[in-house]
Amino acid sequence: MEKQLIRDFEKSFENSNLDSKKINFKKEFLNKFIKEGLPGKNLENWKYSDLSKIIKTEIGDLSFYNNISPPNKIDSSMYLSGFEHNSIVFINGRAEKIDLQFEEKDKVKISEDFELEKTSSNINSLVNLNNAFTEKNFVLTVKENYSFKKPLVIYHYTNKKIKSQNLNLRLNFELEKNTSLKLIDILDDFSEKNFINTFYNFKLNQDAILKNYKVDIKNNSNIKYSFTNIEQDKNSLSETFILSSGSAFNKNEINCNLNGNYSSAFVNGILSLNKKKHHEIRTSVNHLTESTKSYQLIKSVLENNARAVYQGKIFVSSDAQKTDGYQLSKAILLEDTTEFNAKPELEIYADDVKCSHGSASGSLNENSIFYIMSRGLNYKEAKELLINGFLLDVINKITDEEIKNLIKSMIGLKE
Amino acid sequence: MKTESSQNSREKEIEKLKKYKYGFSTDIENTKAPKGLNEEVIRFISNIKKEPKWLLDWRLKAYQRLKVLKEPNWQKPKYPKINYQDLYYYSAPKSFKEKPKSLDELDPKLLETYKKLGIPLQEQKRLNNIAVDAVFDSVSVATTFKDKLTEKGIIFCSISEAIQKHPELVKKYLGSVIPLTDHFFATLNSAVFTDGSFVYVPPGVRCPMELSTYFRINASDTGQFERTLIIADKGSYVSYLEGCTAPMRDENQLHAANVELIALDDAEIKYSTVQNWYPGDKDGKGGIYNFVTKRGLCKGINSKISWTQVETGSAITWKYPSCILKGDNSIGEFYSIAITNNHQKADTGTKMIHLGKNTKSKIISKGISAGFSDMTYRGLVDISKKADNSRNYTQCDSLLMGNKCGAHTVPYITNKNSGSNLAHEATTSKISEEQLHYCQQRGLNSEEAVGLIVNGFCKEVLQQLPMEFAVEAQKLVGISLEGSVG
Repeated sequence: MEKQLIRDFEKSFENSNLDSKKINFKKEFLNKFIKEGLPGKNLENWKYSDLSKIIKTEIGDLSFYNNISPPNKIDSSMYLSGFEHNSIVFINGRAEKIDLQFEEKDKVKISEDFELEKTSSNINSLVNLNNAFTEKNFVLTVKENYSFKKPLVIYHYTNKKIKSQNLNLRLNFELEKNTSLKLIDILDDFSEKNFINTFYNFKLNQDAILKNYKVDIKNNSNIKYSFTNIEQDKNSLSETFILSSGSAFNKNEINCNLNGNYSSAFVNGILSLNKKKHHEIRTSVNHLTESTKSYQLIKSVLENNARAVYQGKIFVSSDAQKTDGYQLSKAILLEDTTEFNAKPELEIYADDVKCSHGSASGSLNENSIFYIMSRGLNYKEAKELLINGFLLDVINKITDEEIKNLIKSMIGLKE
Repeated sequence: MKTESSQNSREKEIEKLKKYKYGFSTDIENTKAPKGLNEEVIRFISNIKKEPKWLLDWRLKAYQRLKVLKEPNWQKPKYPKINYQDLYYYSAPKSFKEKPKSLDELDPKLLETYKKLGIPLQEQKRLNNIAVDAVFDSVSVATTFKDKLTEKGIIFCSISEAIQKHPELVKKYLGSVIPLTDHFFATLNSAVFTDGSFVYVPPGVRCPMELSTYFRINASDTGQFERTLIIADKGSYVSYLEGCTAPMRDENQLHAANVELIALDDAEIKYSTVQNWYPGDKDGKGGIYNFVTKRGLCKGINSKISWTQVETGSAITWKYPSCILKGDNSIGEFYSIAITNNHQKADTGTKMIHLGKNTKSKIISKGISAGFSDMTYRGLVDISKKADNSRNYTQCDSLLMGNKCGAHTVPYITNKNSGSNLAHEATTSKISEEQLHYCQQRGLNSEEAVGLIVNGFCKEVLQQLPMEFAVEAQKLVGISLEGSVG
């Protein structure tokens, strides 16, 4: 893999307009990645999802060179209909179109910032890979006291042109004081057997509100990894919702640093899996100062050889008195071929805190099924109704009504 | 109202208890194996214990394996590197070259030591019906109540004696739960283990008394590597207690024991530990490294193994008493209180591995940390594909005192069976001002109030201990936290 990496790296940057200093800087990340390699189960964080093995068996040899110069045609059918929104379209990892038609031009800035990579040098090997190969490092800044009027939808579209390829994508967001942004990520894949590595970095200043909804429901054979880093200042709020269902493998990692007093973080997720899919959500919420709050709710429904993993961690530093942390994961295993792994972790160094976690997994309650059937529904309907209710619990945590309804209709959940 | 004198005597008592009361050492001449770890030392140990050849081979095999194993390093408490060549692997009071036939022949100094510890070796001064096997450094000193047990066919003796007298049982079960190749410390133990207890309860026998072992590390630079093997044959029941102390020394001492339990059909084993090794002084100097492997196998159907532990001592405690629930309908239980104060560190918990159908497990863990200490609960619940209709319930609660200490919970949960149910809960809290105020209002001082609240917090686990131990443990819980409030 090493030779391939070096060759692809050189090919990627031979015609680029980056100066040699920057390329050398990127090369450092490449060398780091070569040294560490793809993560495997010898690492604690990858204990339940051996990525290096999965890529080897599902994809085989990866190519890291991604030719992003020729533009792709945008198919208008991929847009969400009946829903007013701003959009950014990525096709095969290339930024095709940025459309912020509902927003005031001078309140939103899109720029490139090279220096940002320095701040993310020691996270993990996949972020290093990302930093090595992403040519453009976009920053979207929301100016002080401005709230996005309509949600921003980022379409991650892939088509059949790519195969056995590694795509790297990095986006940065800065929310200045007293701003708000609703962000929806739609993963829409027509390609097969690629490894897609995404890195999001959010900086929330005082009183900023971020709502991020990640939707992966289209069946595809790609392998995905996404790392989201959220830095939160005083009184800021972040809400992350993950709907993880479509890809063959998907691991979402959320790292959230609550740096300012009264900041709060919410992470909710659904893992609804079938057909040998293997998805993971790993969260790490770090309470670093006084009076911060976090809440996590993850629910999984598994059938047909599927495997779900939840690794959640609440860290409370010794300065973070009056922390309120909560974490709950529940899983329903519909068949014996499925597997659920959980590692809900608490690491606490302060005494005046309220922290708890719970985890439960098991089958559907036969008594409940019997109850519903005695009301005239058949077995299948009863089961669906129960699963529906089980998942609705998480959907109802979505604080934006419009998006809540959108997501409900996407997965066909009824109230 | 308290009288002044009782208050005074209480204060004196506290003063006395604040110091580690088992911190004395006994001046006894020792026979030691040469320092270091090598084949010669293993042969020396095997030879001095007059072991059969198969056991020596077994030890050497473990030693070969040990050479390629690495020390694990995933645990939370880190410790300075241990120089395994700088330890004595065998130490015995000199008067033991020929094992004394009866208590009268014992070195009076030894008897005195055990008297100081409060362990009744002389049967007439017995505690209510507890048979004791006392292990001093590397050898078993005395086993009491032998006759009464023999009547029932129960074998309770030191493992060295069992190797001589019941080799077929030892050969059959030794290493059957913790294999030679398990992990670094278990393998180290297999290579150099010196003594420990052996219990065999024949089919259908309910052991009429509590069996107990008392471990004591006395000599300096010694590691204690004891090995305990308990076998409960079909339909039998046994309750076993274990207590530990060590003298105060500035250097750290290693204790790497292996405990194997085997429960056959319908058998039940209850294993209780009150661990009070020397925890080091208040600046974290000295103390025991307690790296113990304890594992029980519910081999037969309807078998049950229950672990109860009160961990208050040791500089570093690192152990996970586990249950392998192989037989259908078998039950595993784990009740734990771990208290860390000053600079103590503990990384403890359990593993429940469900293999059989209708297996059940229950985990109740209470962690209390104070001072600069660090407490981690780490546990695994694994339900395999074939373990239909299995149940697990886990509850781990932590209590923090002050913001210089840490409390962590790291549960690993794996469920591969859709007909099984798992539930896990954990909370972290502190003693609230209201609770303290309420107790103080009723005339308790702040330390008594904390003691009362902590005892309430631990009640679920303390209830599981046999009576005599429960009282002791309750006191111990109070003492361990002495000076942590205020």
